[in-house]
Amino acid sequence: MNILVIAETKDGTLRKTSLEMLSQAKALNGSSITAALIGKGVAGQAARLGHYGAHKVLVAEHDLLEHYTTDGYTKVIKDMVDQIQPDLVLFAASSNGKDLAPRLSARLDAGLISDAIELSHDGSKFVAVRPMYAGKAYAKVSIQGKALVSLRPNVTPVAAPDESRSAEVMSFAVNLSDADIRAKVVSVEKADAGKLDVAEADIVVTGGRGFKGPENFHLVEALANAMGGAVGASRAVVDAGWRPHGEQVGQTGKTVSPTLYVACAVSGAMQHLAGMSSSKNIVAINTDPDAPIFKAATYGLVGDVFEILPQLTEAVKQIKASNN
Amino acid sequence: MDIIVCIKQVPDTTTVIQIDPSGKDIVRDGITYIVSPYDEFAIEEALKLKEAGDGTVTVLTVGPESAKEALRTGLAMGADEAIHVVYEGAPSQLDSLTTAKLIAKALEGKKYDLVFCGRQAIDDDALQIGSLVAEFLNVPQISLVIKLEINGEQIKASRTIEGGTQVVESRLPALITAQKGLNEPRYPSMKGILKARKKEITELKAAELGVDLTPRVVLEELRLPPARPAGKIVGSVAELVKALHEEIKVI
Repeated sequence: MNILVIAETKDGTLRKTSLEMLSQAKALNGSSITAALIGKGVAGQAARLGHYGAHKVLVAEHDLLEHYTTDGYTKVIKDMVDQIQPDLVLFAASSNGKDLAPRLSARLDAGLISDAIELSHDGSKFVAVRPMYAGKAYAKVSIQGKALVSLRPNVTPVAAPDESRSAEVMSFAVNLSDADIRAKVVSVEKADAGKLDVAEADIVVTGGRGFKGPENFHLVEALANAMGGAVGASRAVVDAGWRPHGEQVGQTGKTVSPTLYVACAVSGAMQHLAGMSSSKNIVAINTDPDAPIFKAATYGLVGDVFEILPQLTEAVKQIKASNN
Repeated sequence: MDIIVCIKQVPDTTTVIQIDPSGKDIVRDGITYIVSPYDEFAIEEALKLKEAGDGTVTVLTVGPESAKEALRTGLAMGADEAIHVVYEGAPSQLDSLTTAKLIAKALEGKKYDLVFCGRQAIDDDALQIGSLVAEFLNVPQISLVIKLEINGEQIKASRTIEGGTQVVESRLPALITAQKGLNEPRYPSMKGILKARKKEITELKAAELGVDLTPRVVLEELRLPPARPAGKIVGSVAELVKALHEEIKVI
């Protein structure tokens, strides 16, 4: 099986989701796993792709590929697909992967399974599981023939790297001109430097309406900082304007699957549960012992976040300090 | 400016999902249907642009007869025209690629400067239609847009990416997918609702558009997600921290 993995980088380094895709490609017993490394100043990451399972790395470096653009990336990947004729192209179901993969699906006239959480091959077709209805149902879907699949980040375990392995690294001829890129990136505004995005964080601490106002969210931020996680918000909190839309977890916000999800003063409306119930571990802290969030929780603590969060933050800091 | 808005009728977000005995669909009886929330942002943005200048807004959907209600909602909000690509087959048999081909076919010969979609429909959550349609129409796309400015032919949009925002410039015609934060969708007025009832909806039959309706992505089975193992209630912060540290070792 010939697999093409579209690696993603951020600030010049591989994103974890790239390693997850390579681990998935290895699990499929890909006889030829090619990683596409696209961007500007990213060639240094090629060796690492080899450690994680790529047999070949196609490095496409170009000034016009410095930022992700639909037009630029679609054209380069289409050229790669024409050259190596993969059976499967793997994408990350990230903001950019979700923009890119369907565009290629249309250009290649090949089916795309988006946001898969499991992927296998049964000898005749690719079979995947993907959440629908914001995770309230799981669909088993299949594609016969050439398949495009985007993998939900943070779900596939990363297999241990083998640093003795090296991939065959090849430079890929980029055939792009300025006119090819019809939607151009003119600037990138980062949220606070170093701030983790809720969708990619390994730990998420979410605050709900029980915080009574935006001025009390420093308690959530402090716990998230102590744990090394990202801040999330319930829909009520976002709709009230206390927190930005980008932090919303739930059906009309982001779907998250971190290792640890801490829901503070979140009641657990169905739409919220839909966005976070695939988290590996869930902690719920709420004054109402009947709050639905407790049904999803690995650990529940009944009580007031105004008392509990400062204590918890302090305790986490102490543990972190003693770990070092 | 003439604007097309692709919308989808979906079960309300509070729907309790149960699986139909066929194992390929949800139980549809008694479901309340709504316009997918991201599509409402798309309709609102189109209406705002029309109101700031001139032109028309056309809402378009692919779906069963009952999906006309979604088009009526769009008309009641202020859209001028509606196109219904009537698809009467099982929802599970229609994949995103085919849907996008039907939309592109339905738009053949139609004049437009801008096409809007919601970033995703909240039933299949496939997040594919915007990019697929843009490719079939051969126009640039800007997805996950939270801010949009149009000056003449020039488009300037902010799109959300992990950990920040990208500012993208393009030119008309183009396709935009709407993300939460773009605007606050209006509610249809009573006058709008009454007017919408009288408006004609252009009907096209999916089976007659010359598109192969065989899905590439085959839905084999729909099931409920595995139940989470029962959790436990801890009595104190100390007990919680101990569990996080020693049992699941996350801190």
